[in-house]
Amino acid sequence: MGRKLHKSLLVACGALAREIVTLRQQLGLDDATMTLKCVPAEYHNQPAKIAPAVEEILAREASSYDRIFVAYGECGTGGALDAVLESYGASRLHGAHCYEFYAGASQFREITDTEIGSFFLTDYLVKNFDRLVIKGLGLDRFPHLLDSYFGNYTQVVYLAQTHDPVLIEKAQVAADRLGLSLVHRHVGYGDLAGAVGILAGEKPALVPTNSDRMGGR
Amino acid sequence: MADEEDIILRDLSDSELIEQMHDDLYDGLAEEIHEGTTILLERGWDANLILSDALVEGMRIVGIDFRDGILFVPEVLQCADAMKSGMGLLRPILADSDTNSSVGTYVIGTVKGDIHDIGKNLVGMMLEGAGFEVIDLGINNPVENYLEAIDKHKPSILGMSALLTTTMPYMGVVIEELDKRGILKELPVMVGGAPLNQEFADAINAHTYGRDAAMSAELAKTIVGRNI
Repeated sequence: MGRKLHKSLLVACGALAREIVTLRQQLGLDDATMTLKCVPAEYHNQPAKIAPAVEEILAREASSYDRIFVAYGECGTGGALDAVLESYGASRLHGAHCYEFYAGASQFREITDTEIGSFFLTDYLVKNFDRLVIKGLGLDRFPHLLDSYFGNYTQVVYLAQTHDPVLIEKAQVAADRLGLSLVHRHVGYGDLAGAVGILAGEKPALVPTNSDRMGGR
Repeated sequence: MADEEDIILRDLSDSELIEQMHDDLYDGLAEEIHEGTTILLERGWDANLILSDALVEGMRIVGIDFRDGILFVPEVLQCADAMKSGMGLLRPILADSDTNSSVGTYVIGTVKGDIHDIGKNLVGMMLEGAGFEVIDLGINNPVENYLEAIDKHKPSILGMSALLTTTMPYMGVVIEELDKRGILKELPVMVGGAPLNQEFADAINAHTYGRDAAMSAELAKTIVGRNI
């Protein structure tokens, strides 16, 4: 007897896991109806590992699902992720990275056009700043490299998913550590909310989102 | 665990010292590289030879391990700092030397919309080590900056760098403009940056794709006929 197909598979960057679970709960779904498989968030700093990791999950899981979506931007993979998705007929979020699909393309462009030296943080990156930014870039071992990494940046832009004063405070500490000013913008879940909603079969307009686009190149 | 014995650099033979400098460069030990370079100069070594045999060769090994995922960016930056400490001693000697002859001029810059320069700076350092006069345009360069620099410096090679998927297509804009102006057939253009690959370089009609800093310097020497 054949294995019963699940409805949807969502392959995501680990940096989006908590947000996706929240959105999934808001839609009244659980892991049985929308299964979430994550790639380590640490690959943010090593984008060459992203496409092979996504491919490994798709190779193992894709045949068990009738709908697949990949919650990644292009994320510096240089086209490698899109090539994998094409071979599985899967699609991903529009935009270069999570900052863009959280803020929405127009707001993101407005920020970078106004200040090119913007270093972006999300809720996840604020919570994991020490691990992913300080330790991830080796600044714990080599603090003098701060200027090599951040010398051309002028501000930290915290694109917040939630209203959390503790995270705003942590974002300020992070900005201070980098010697940069902080800009805080609450952007919510942006295009991620729309994508999860569409994967769940919701009409895009019912889900708060910056656009109703979903996946594809 | 046994204590490591301190190595006295002055006690080493020339060949042992060069080998030790490769290790020290790999470990990002700037003071040791400074000392090793000083010792070789005191022993009468030619500055060009110290640069190529001790520093550039050391960074070539670093480049290989970076490519293979053994070393990461923070470690490579440490190595670069160590190399700079040696080059700081050699640069004035090379500039004054009768035997100093630039193998060519290389204009390099990060493209418009992009402020990342770690990779570009590493490439610039390796090119300098390979004997190029490097004109660094810095970050966020529109096509006009490249055109102005080409007109002013008459380079042998133009190099462009980008870290972002969103900014790398601008390299194609620059190349197209160079082609329109008839410059491209005379001027080899090298491109590089983390999200790039050979396929992209071919698609935008770049002459050469520099996968990493050490490889970029080797390819640049080949382009100007110094590596054949």
